[in-house]
Amino acid sequence: MGKTIQVTDELRVVQVEPYIWEIPPYGEMRVPGRIYGDRATVEHLVADVKAGKSWNALLQIVNVACLPGIQKASLAMADVHPGYGFPIGGVGAFDFDEGVISMAGVGYDINCGVRTMSTNLTRDEIEPKKEDLANALYCTVPAGLGSTGAIRLNLKEVDKVLEKGAEFSVERGYGFPEDLEYIEERGRIAGADPGAVSMKAKKRQFKQIGTLGSGNHYLEVQWVEKIYAPDVADAYGLFPNQILISIHCGSRGLGHQIGTDYLKVLEAASRKYNIPIRERELVCAPIDSPEGRQYLAAVNCGINCAFANRQAIAHLTRQAFHDALGVRPQEIVTLYEIGHNTAKVEEHEVDGQIKKLVVHRKGATRAFGPGRKEVPAAYREVGQPVLVGGTMGTCSFILHGTKRAMEETFGSALHGAGRTLSRRQAKKRFWSGDVIAALAEQGIVVRAHSKSGVAEEAPGAYKDVEEVVEIMHNAGIIRKVARLRPLICIKG
Amino acid sequence: MTYEYLDHEADVGIRASGATLEEAIADGARAMFGVMTDINRVGRSVEVPIRCQADDPAALFVECLNELLFQSDVRHLLFADFQVTRLAHTGAGYTLEGVARGEPLDATKHDLWTEVKAATYAGLRYDVEDGRHTLQCVLDV
Repeated sequence: MGKTIQVTDELRVVQVEPYIWEIPPYGEMRVPGRIYGDRATVEHLVADVKAGKSWNALLQIVNVACLPGIQKASLAMADVHPGYGFPIGGVGAFDFDEGVISMAGVGYDINCGVRTMSTNLTRDEIEPKKEDLANALYCTVPAGLGSTGAIRLNLKEVDKVLEKGAEFSVERGYGFPEDLEYIEERGRIAGADPGAVSMKAKKRQFKQIGTLGSGNHYLEVQWVEKIYAPDVADAYGLFPNQILISIHCGSRGLGHQIGTDYLKVLEAASRKYNIPIRERELVCAPIDSPEGRQYLAAVNCGINCAFANRQAIAHLTRQAFHDALGVRPQEIVTLYEIGHNTAKVEEHEVDGQIKKLVVHRKGATRAFGPGRKEVPAAYREVGQPVLVGGTMGTCSFILHGTKRAMEETFGSALHGAGRTLSRRQAKKRFWSGDVIAALAEQGIVVRAHSKSGVAEEAPGAYKDVEEVVEIMHNAGIIRKVARLRPLICIKG
Repeated sequence: MTYEYLDHEADVGIRASGATLEEAIADGARAMFGVMTDINRVGRSVEVPIRCQADDPAALFVECLNELLFQSDVRHLLFADFQVTRLAHTGAGYTLEGVARGEPLDATKHDLWTEVKAATYAGLRYDVEDGRHTLQCVLDV
């Protein structure tokens, strides 16, 4: 222990535990930086600084630590990589009365997240029919650039989506009321004010509800390959070879527009309230200010929009399973749904006191431990499910939150593998046809709406998800419950 | 076409340039369109006016790109080209007017690549050197 890496004259990284590294505060830092990782994680971050790369996650961790009202530490999960303002895999919690809310801590895809559903089907049952199922999913779930959804909304209805979230979709006949219990915030977060969202943002939502998007969004049919924690798996209703479905997407054009709109508002606010920001994208406002309150109200709308969207896609997924396999919709249940780009008002213990905080999780997942009231009753004894997607053709994980996460990371954990290659590099190195063929050899069916997207999302362009999960598991922030392998990947 | 793409792990960086600020902005717009689709296969039958304003040229660039994204999304168009018709600098900042050209998005005709979520302030730079204007920013995809 105590290994120190001197990065610059002022900046150093010190190993404080096997999987925890700290950046002792210097200059304007109000709290330390704290990175969950192994030696390789940190060396990768340091290498970027030493190579003079202007976009580097280590400096972003430092920059967040300089913001007013930040509590405990500027945190980075094991899948950390450069973002804009906040690093991706970054967590920053701020005092509700004295701290700031930052657009960089939420990003442009508000409440991008994962819904996982479980079935009573097994891998053996699906295997002979997977091409048909893949076709049904590809045709039923709109995805890719320019795709539009089946529900067309008018302005009044968009406002309802923003207030009611997944409840709106259920009321429209998309899915079941039972789904809501197993979504964070029960699929409808309080404090959403459609008045804080621009007309431009709402217009973008008219045709996009129930669409998957593109980039790293996906819909996967998966099977349970390995169970690590049988008791927790039981509580979650998991069994070996079980077929699950995971949907990864966010708030679509509405979320993007909220981000863009508030970039300007919060840049002006940063100046108005004299908040020194060390990167231009790190725009923010005091939570206790008109701009801060408005942005939070808009974020809550974005959160609800993503809930509504995933609920609609879940319904379409059930439809596709019915069309291809005759499975009744009621036989597909929601295991859990999480978000990994959010700012949420939560209560946490800081220095022995319960404080009201705004917790930003940018490419980081909430991971509440046992006993928390926010966790559904059926899971409360074991902690909330944390759904971590790998890349195509590798694996995904179901994890659970822990007491240690509550103590150290405001109940937060990683969200996924994290990129190592830029999209441009990935396209140069991988060809979509080869990637699809390689996956087919492993028995994985890929249907992609974008040809180049597959190369950009090639497994070789990402960190190894097993490695980053292992680090967080060893650090005790989450514990592994099950490992899933993909059978079908639908990409935008 | 003078734009280039930069390596950024999660997303896409663009560097655009031109003999004037107007040309550099237009070059950057084409760079962004080029992330979403093969612009050589997109016609230019539809024209959409673009208007935006900001405090400084770099922010104006980001504002313009985001306005183009908004227009292409709500009008269901792909853009192939963008020209700045007017750029004014007053005490209150910069205002820009321009025209985007494209056609309705058609999955059977166009190569649909990656959706751009937004142009960001990350990596934002504006430089003028030897009469060459260069703009740079990261796109969230």
